[in-house]
Amino acid sequence: MKHLTVLAALCLLVFWGSVSVARIDTFVFDNPQDEQRFKKLSAELRCLVCQNQNLADSNAELAIDLRRELYSMIKAGKSDGEILDFMVARYGDFVLYRPPVKPTTYMLWVGPFILFVIGAVALVMFVRRRSDDVLPGDELSTEEQSRLQGLLEKQPAGKRKQR
Amino acid sequence: MKARYLIPLVVFLLMIGLFGVGLKLDPSKVPSPLIDKPAPQFSLPDLHDREKLVDTAVLREHKVSLFNVWASWCVACRQEHPFLMELARSGDVPIYGLNYKDKRPDAINWLNRLGDPYTASAFDEEGRVGIDWGVYGVPETFVVDSKGVIRYKQIGPLTEQAWQETILPLINQIRAEEG
Repeated sequence: MKHLTVLAALCLLVFWGSVSVARIDTFVFDNPQDEQRFKKLSAELRCLVCQNQNLADSNAELAIDLRRELYSMIKAGKSDGEILDFMVARYGDFVLYRPPVKPTTYMLWVGPFILFVIGAVALVMFVRRRSDDVLPGDELSTEEQSRLQGLLEKQPAGKRKQR
Repeated sequence: MKARYLIPLVVFLLMIGLFGVGLKLDPSKVPSPLIDKPAPQFSLPDLHDREKLVDTAVLREHKVSLFNVWASWCVACRQEHPFLMELARSGDVPIYGLNYKDKRPDAINWLNRLGDPYTASAFDEEGRVGIDWGVYGVPETFVVDSKGVIRYKQIGPLTEQAWQETILPLINQIRAEEG
């Protein structure tokens, strides 16, 4: 039990250490709106070095530089649009987590819906065909039905086959 | 009837094809929006001589030139360095360097030890020019024509293969255009 406590404490210590190292840059903003904008924009811009992280989360050198750049642009009173244009001009649409809708990204935006429609149509066709499989002529006549009943009753219970 | 059973096979083959293509693509290579755009302006101190300035104009002095982003801390730069030396020795294309987020003594030391393939190296200590050029993974090499337009960007080390297959043909094409 004591070992467990020590282990837990050690884990916490190691984890704590990594957390405190993760964010070192501190920016001071003139007003809370600017700080909100910084948070929003740094969450929407992708870090190109570690592509599945945004600028806010990434600790790559480039992300740190771009956060500083973002900060100075906000300080300089640039609008969100101007800042995003600045980033796109240098790193392309890929820097945006929400790429713009334009001819090269149509597939990206519409593709999932196309797949959905194809899937839905395939499903409907499949279900329709299955329900069509039982034709009126396929049904048993009264005679056949009673014969079947007789056969089923002859079979010992438990050995009955389905169908 | 028969055709119906072929559908899964066709879908399967299509997917194999797509996955095959996907495997060959390198997601870390993001196309640069700067291709066919004028090279971003810069004016930086020379790596060797802080009194001297290196600016965008040097790239327009030649029919075609290479602009190579490098740093002494960058492992892949070291990997591509022998090839740059070979290119510099052939004297075919001038190579300009952008020493990116480096320390001056480290960078000079590196060149002294391994050789200096650069006609001139601009010293971008803060990485500010690197941001303007959309640099995100050193080494990167830009092909710039005499009008100062970026024609191509190689992300990662400049290899013999990339040179033979892509860059040399492009350089020849640019030279032909400019006559």
